[in-house]
Amino acid sequence: MQNQRIIGTPQDRVDGRAKVTGAAPYVADFAAGQPILQAHPVGSAIARGRILAMDTSRALAVPGVVEVFTHENRPRTSWFGSSWQDEVAPPGQPLRPLHDARILHSGQPIALVVAETYEAARHAANLVTVAYEEEAHHTDLGLRLGTAYVPPKTRSGTTPPPKPKGDVEAALAAAPVTHQARYSVAAEVHNAMEPHATTVIVEEGGALLIHDKIQGVMNTQATVCAIFGLAKEKVRVVTPYLGGGFGSGLRPHHQCFLAVMAALALNRSVKLVLPRDHQFFLAHRPQTEMLVALGATRDGKLTAIRHDAIAGTSTYEDHQEVVVNWTNLLYPAPNVSLSHKLVKLDIESPTDMRAPGAPIGLFAAESAMDELAEKLGMCPLQLRLVNHADTDEVSNKRHTSKELRAAYRMGAERFGWQGRPLAPRAMKDGHELVGWGMATGAWEAQMQTHHARVMLDGEGRATVGVATADIGTGTYTILTQIAAEALGLPMARVTVLLGDSLLPKAPVSGGSWTAASAGAAVDDACARLKAELLRLAQKKGRLLGATLEDLRFADGAMARWSDAGTAIPLADILGESGRDSLVADGKAGPDMLSQLRYSSHAHSAVFAEVRVDEALGQVRVTRMVQAVAAGRILNPKTARSQVIGGAVWGIGMALHEEAQEDHVLGRRMNHNLAEYHIPACADVPDIDVLFVEEHDPRTSPLGVKGLGEIGICGAPPAIANAVWHATGRRVRDLPMTIERVLGLKDTPA
Amino acid sequence: MRPFTFSRPEAPALAIAGKDAASRFLAGGTNLVDLMKYDVERPAAVLDLGRIAGLREVTQAGGTLRIGALVTNADAAAHPLVLAHHPLLADAILAGATPQLRNMATTGGNLLQRTRCHYFYDRQTACNKREPGTGCPAIGGVNRIHAILGASESCIATHPSDMCVALAALEAVVVAQGPEGERRIPMAEFHRLPGNEPQRDTTLGERELITAVEIPAWDYGAHRTYLKLRDRLSYAFALVSVAAAVTLEGGRIAKARIALGGVAHKPWRVAEAETMLQGQAPGEDAFAAAASLILRGAQGQGHNDFKIELARRAIPRALHQAAHATPQSHVEKRIA
Repeated sequence: MQNQRIIGTPQDRVDGRAKVTGAAPYVADFAAGQPILQAHPVGSAIARGRILAMDTSRALAVPGVVEVFTHENRPRTSWFGSSWQDEVAPPGQPLRPLHDARILHSGQPIALVVAETYEAARHAANLVTVAYEEEAHHTDLGLRLGTAYVPPKTRSGTTPPPKPKGDVEAALAAAPVTHQARYSVAAEVHNAMEPHATTVIVEEGGALLIHDKIQGVMNTQATVCAIFGLAKEKVRVVTPYLGGGFGSGLRPHHQCFLAVMAALALNRSVKLVLPRDHQFFLAHRPQTEMLVALGATRDGKLTAIRHDAIAGTSTYEDHQEVVVNWTNLLYPAPNVSLSHKLVKLDIESPTDMRAPGAPIGLFAAESAMDELAEKLGMCPLQLRLVNHADTDEVSNKRHTSKELRAAYRMGAERFGWQGRPLAPRAMKDGHELVGWGMATGAWEAQMQTHHARVMLDGEGRATVGVATADIGTGTYTILTQIAAEALGLPMARVTVLLGDSLLPKAPVSGGSWTAASAGAAVDDACARLKAELLRLAQKKGRLLGATLEDLRFADGAMARWSDAGTAIPLADILGESGRDSLVADGKAGPDMLSQLRYSSHAHSAVFAEVRVDEALGQVRVTRMVQAVAAGRILNPKTARSQVIGGAVWGIGMALHEEAQEDHVLGRRMNHNLAEYHIPACADVPDIDVLFVEEHDPRTSPLGVKGLGEIGICGAPPAIANAVWHATGRRVRDLPMTIERVLGLKDTPA
Repeated sequence: MRPFTFSRPEAPALAIAGKDAASRFLAGGTNLVDLMKYDVERPAAVLDLGRIAGLREVTQAGGTLRIGALVTNADAAAHPLVLAHHPLLADAILAGATPQLRNMATTGGNLLQRTRCHYFYDRQTACNKREPGTGCPAIGGVNRIHAILGASESCIATHPSDMCVALAALEAVVVAQGPEGERRIPMAEFHRLPGNEPQRDTTLGERELITAVEIPAWDYGAHRTYLKLRDRLSYAFALVSVAAAVTLEGGRIAKARIALGGVAHKPWRVAEAETMLQGQAPGEDAFAAAASLILRGAQGQGHNDFKIELARRAIPRALHQAAHATPQSHVEKRIA
C-alpha cells in the first residue's frame, strides 16, 4: 500500500521552532512564576570514608532556608529499607544519597539545602561544614589493574564476551605477522547543555507531578514509586523535551530522589537543578585499558584475535558495556579470545554514554588493524575487505543486512582515498603534516517493546502518543512522518505527544532503538486505526468489499486506488458514525523468531584527514566522510544531524575529552566547561555523511536500524589512524593531546 | 552566592572612596561573577563601574596609545587606533575567549583576571591563593595547565590572560588612581610572582582603580605575532602562548620584545633574551638561543613537563613569524 511519500524525505524538525524560540519547556522551566522551593546539594570533599559530624546551623540561619537534609535527619522511606533498582541499573546496589555516613565517592551528595530562593539555597550550601574520617581510596585504574575481575552478574541487555575459540596463544605464536599493543581511553563526562534537574510539583491531594531530566519517564515513575512506596496513580512524570541525554539521562539520578524526598517531607513543590560542577560527579564513560593482539597470514587474513579490556567501575555497581565483541563481529578468525573485566574504584558508577563501549573497543581494534596493515605493507581499507565478516561470528548468526562493503566503497570514493601513500609522513604542506586514516564503526540494531496510541478527531487531525522521549534525536519529527504517511495526512495535521507517563508504555530512549521501535508501534496503531475507519465506513455502506490493501490514504481521505471518486474524508467517516474521535492502540517489539536466526547491526566506514603541525603538535581535523549503512533512513535531514553529532563527539573523544582525576584527593578536578574540553566550532570541519541503501525488513517492521550511536563509533580510530599517517607516531591513548602527539609524554609500556 | 551590597559610583573618586579590602570593583563581570558563584570571591560590597564616564575611550597622544579601563576587549581589538599602532594587542585579544565574552570583558578587568587553576576554583580543596596557608594540592596533583617558570612552593598557578601577554611585550603601563593620586605601573611590575603570598596576583593597592593602559609608540607593523597553543582550536586557555614583535634594520634585529603566556604567574619576559637578539640576523640559531634564555630555570611539575619543550619550540616559531612579517591569523587556525 503506497500512500504519499513522507518517510524518507528530508523534513525540518517539527519541534524546531518551539526549541529555538524558547517555547519548549525543559525540566527547569516548569512551574516558573509559582512559589516553589529551590534546592541545592552539598557534595563530599573526600572519596572514601565516613562523615563524623555535620554542622548545618549556619546554613539553617540563612534567611529563606527551609530545611537542610542530611543522613542524620532525612525522612524514613521504603527507599532506605529495601533494595530497588531502576530499569537500566547494572548489578549492584544503586547509590542511596543521605542513606548513612558512608562516603563512596568524591562529590557524592551528602546534604540538600532547601530554601525559598535559589540564591539562598546556594549560599547556605556553602556554609555546611563537614568533619570526615578519611579512608585510603583508590581512583587510579592503572594502579589497580591487578584487581580486575569478571563481573559475576551480567548487566541486563549487555552481551558478555563470547567463549574463546581455538587457541589464540598458539595461533599468535605461529602467525607470520603479528601486532600487539595496549590502548586506553580516558574517562569522559556527559556534558549535555541542559543540566540534570528535577521539578516536583505537589498537587492537591498529595499526588506528585514530576519533571525529571530522564530519557524515559516510566523509569523515573517506577523508581520513585519503588523508593517512596507510592502508588503509580499518585506519580505522573512529564518530560517533553531534553536538552541532550546521551545516556546520562537513562537512569534517574540522585537529584530526582533528593527533590522528591524534599517535596514529600516538606509537602511543598521543589526544584533541584544541579550546577555544572556537580554533573562531573554524576555519571561518566568508564576509563578503559585494553590489550589487542592480532595474528595474520602474509596476505592479511586474520588467524588470531585477542582483545582484553579492563574498565573502572564504582565500588557499589558493576557497570558493564560491550567493548570487545565488536572486534570479532567485524573480523572473523579461527582463534579468538575476548575479555572484559572491571576494577572497583572509589568513584561514582559509570553510565552509558553515546554508543557505550563501542568507540572504546573500536578505537583499540581499528587502531590495531591499522598497525597490522602497516606491518603487512597493505592498504588499511584492503585489510578490512580481506577480513570482512559475512556472518556474525560472535553470535553465530546471519546478518539481517550488511552493506558495509558498499559503505567502504562509497566512503572511499567520496573521500578520494585512492592514491593514499602507504607510508606515513608522505604528505607535507608547509609546517603541517597531512594524514589520512579510516576506520569501521558498528552498532547493534535493536528493538524494544513499545506501545502507541493514535487518535483521529472530528476535524481529521491525528494525535499520536508514546511515553518515549525525544532526547534531541528527532523522534517527534519521525513519528509525525510515520503517522502522516500511514494516515494520508499532511504532517501539519499530526501532533505527537511524548515524555508523559500517562501515555502508552515505552522503555527509556537509548541504544538507537527508538526510531525502529516507537516508529513501528505508531505504524501499527495507524494500521489499526485505518482498519477501524474502514469498518465504520463499510457499516455506512461505503467501500463495500474493499480491504485496506485496496485503499489509498491521501489528503485526509481514503479512496479505492482504482477509483478516486470513492474518496471519503476521514473526518466524514467519524461524522457519519456519530463519533467525535476514534482511537487505536498499537504495539511493536522484537521478533523473537527472527532474532534467533539473525543479528542486526548498523555499520559505518569513516575516513578522516588531519593536519598536524610537525613541531608544535596542533592537530586539525580538516575533512571527514562517514558512509553509513543503517537500514531505512526515515528523514535524511535529522538522520544526517544524528551522524554529524556523533562524529563531532568522536572528534572530542579523539582529541579533547578527559576527566582529569587527582588521585591524591580522589577527585575529578577539571569540573567545568572551560577546562573540560569538547570540540569548539573551529575544531569541526564539514562532515560529509552518506547513507548506503539497505532494504532490511528483518531488522524491524519499518526496516529501520537506528542512528543515535553509529556516528561516533568509527570516528576516534579514523582520526588516530590519520594522525599516525601524518606524523608516523602512533598515539594509543585517548585523548590525543598535544604532548601525546609530540611524543612528550611517557605512556605505560 | 553570599549576600553583598551593590552600588554604582559615578566617578573614579567615589569608587575609590567606597573601596576597601572586602569590596570588589565590577566591570564586565566575566570572571568576578563566576568566582562569586563558586564562593571563591566573597565580596561584602560590589561597586559597579558601569556609570563612570571617561574610561571608555581609546586615544593617541604623543605616540602613546591610551586605552580606557572600561573599553571592552571586543572594542579594543577592533579599534582603528589599536589596529594601526598596536595590532599585536588586537591579535592577542582575538586569540582569547569567545565573541560573547570579549563583548563584556574590559581592559581593566582582563588585567585582573584570576588563574584557572582547578584547585583555586574548587572550594572543597585547599588552595593558598584562595585560602592562604591551606596548602597547594596542584603540586603533586592535576597540574597540566600549571606554571613552568617562577612558581613557588606555595603556588604553581598561571596567569590566564592573552591580552596581558601582548601588553607585557609592548611594555605597556597600567594607570591606576588611588587615594593618594595617580600611579603608573609598568606591566613588568604589575603582575607578581606567587612567592609566599600567592593570594596577591598584582601590585595594585586595595583602594586603587585602574583607569587606563598606555602603550608607548613602537612601529613594528606586520613584524609581530601572537602564537597561542592550546587544547582545541578556539575557546581554550593557552598551554603556551608567545607574543613577539621585532623591528629589523639592514637585515638585522634592531629591537625584539617577547613575552610568554600560560607558563607563569605573570606574563613571562626575559630582557636578556631580547638584548641578545639585538643586532643578530634573524635565524633559527638566534631564535633557539633566545628560547633557551627565556626558559632558563624552567621546572615542570609532572603533567606539565611537556610545556617546557613546547615553549622551546613555540618561541622560535613565533620569532620566525615576526621576523618574516607573517603574523599568526586568529581566524585561519593553521599555524603560519
